[in-house]
Amino acid sequence: MSDSKSPILDELEKGPWPSFVTEIKKAAEKSPMAQGLLEQLELSYKEKKTHWKHGGIVGVKGYGGGIIGRYSDASDKFPDVAHFHTVRVNQPSGWFYTADALRELMGIWEKHGSCLTNFHGSTGDTVFLGTKTSELEAIFTELSEKGWDLGGSGSDVRTPSCCVGPARCEFACYDTLALTYDLTMSYQDELHRPFFPYKWKFKMAGCPNDCVASIARSDFSIIGTWKDDIRMDSEAVKEYAADADFNIQKFVVNKCPSKCMSWDGEKLEIDNRNCVKCMHCINVMPKALRVGKEKGAAILIGAKAPIVEGAQLASVIVPFIDMTPPYQELKDLIAAIWEFWDEHGVARERIGECIQRVGLGSFIEQIGLKPLPQMVLQPRDNPYIFYEEYLEEE
Amino acid sequence: MAVSTEELADSMYALVAEYAGKKKLKASDIVKEMIDKYGDEVDKNQGKEAIRLLMDSERCVYTYFGGTYIELPHKEGSAPE
Repeated sequence: MSDSKSPILDELEKGPWPSFVTEIKKAAEKSPMAQGLLEQLELSYKEKKTHWKHGGIVGVKGYGGGIIGRYSDASDKFPDVAHFHTVRVNQPSGWFYTADALRELMGIWEKHGSCLTNFHGSTGDTVFLGTKTSELEAIFTELSEKGWDLGGSGSDVRTPSCCVGPARCEFACYDTLALTYDLTMSYQDELHRPFFPYKWKFKMAGCPNDCVASIARSDFSIIGTWKDDIRMDSEAVKEYAADADFNIQKFVVNKCPSKCMSWDGEKLEIDNRNCVKCMHCINVMPKALRVGKEKGAAILIGAKAPIVEGAQLASVIVPFIDMTPPYQELKDLIAAIWEFWDEHGVARERIGECIQRVGLGSFIEQIGLKPLPQMVLQPRDNPYIFYEEYLEEE
Repeated sequence: MAVSTEELADSMYALVAEYAGKKKLKASDIVKEMIDKYGDEVDKNQGKEAIRLLMDSERCVYTYFGGTYIELPHKEGSAPE
């Protein structure tokens, strides 16, 4: 029989895949907190219950976010994890780090915390897992001195995040990195001093592939798109056609969701007026097809994961917006939406839930937008909804 | 006569103290109360400035219980003794 102190956790080290248990054990060679975490986790698995308690007050002076309090309810058995707070650090746009930047962060964290990290949290932050209340101000000071900042938590603007954008991707329709930096700096007050009914997430996706899943995971989703025609290189199309393993009809045309493409064996045609910018054809024929030249973004609102209410996908509110700095049109829209949410939102209600409760018609009217066909997900199927007031205005 | 940000912060503090242990107030609840009390003499931005004063002076703290609230500093209930 094994004399291991963590027989249940050890099971999670078996198999060919990476194991978080192995990684915590490595950290435990240096960090008593990591060792305490292993021991408490083993107990939790044995008893089938958590031993963490949520803390609601911990933070750094002046900030209302960035630290998530966590305490052990078994601190008598595991004193090293009596406090085990999480620190969210605002990540660089697109998650680009230099080796020096990573060493800098880890130097701070080894000195003040458990050595355990999460690269990255689901919102995008660099996450430091496990420190004591007494270390928080020191961590914050050292991070600040080196140009880092805490991210968001609670009812504030959560740390904005984006895809790699034009830094590494030819599909990017706007500079996601520049916009993320701009919004982060413009909304410092909203990021650090919670003023909203609940959390607010910005996510920037450079193209409709939406690699950051903004359509599902952000209250305010900014997805790159284009207005004009898909650019086509006819010679490159012929090269795809000559490839015996590539079937344009089967792999591209048949999979077009709006059936706006045709292929006669020699010529590929796109009815761009009916293209819904799904990106499929561009993704599978990247040498032949490219996004158009007239680029900008679509704004979608209201996505969220299930917390108080169920999950929700975002809806289009602006089909196309110019994305040139200083992004004034975008910021005016954000200000109008925040004003609406402040007026109508109730505690722990995301903007998407608030719109659902108040009604999309009322929402767009109050933020000064005109109703557009793109805002409608599907034709109405309820004959008991009437629109006389609009008819009368006409 | 306009209300100074310091006076506004004092009023906010009194409001938070009055509700302590009875109701948790969000930042926007507090600012709305102040606008109701002082009318056009204060606005939302001044309210935010006053909250910042309250936090920087450590008379109030942000707390998180589902959403974020503003409360008087107190011992963390879940912290070990």
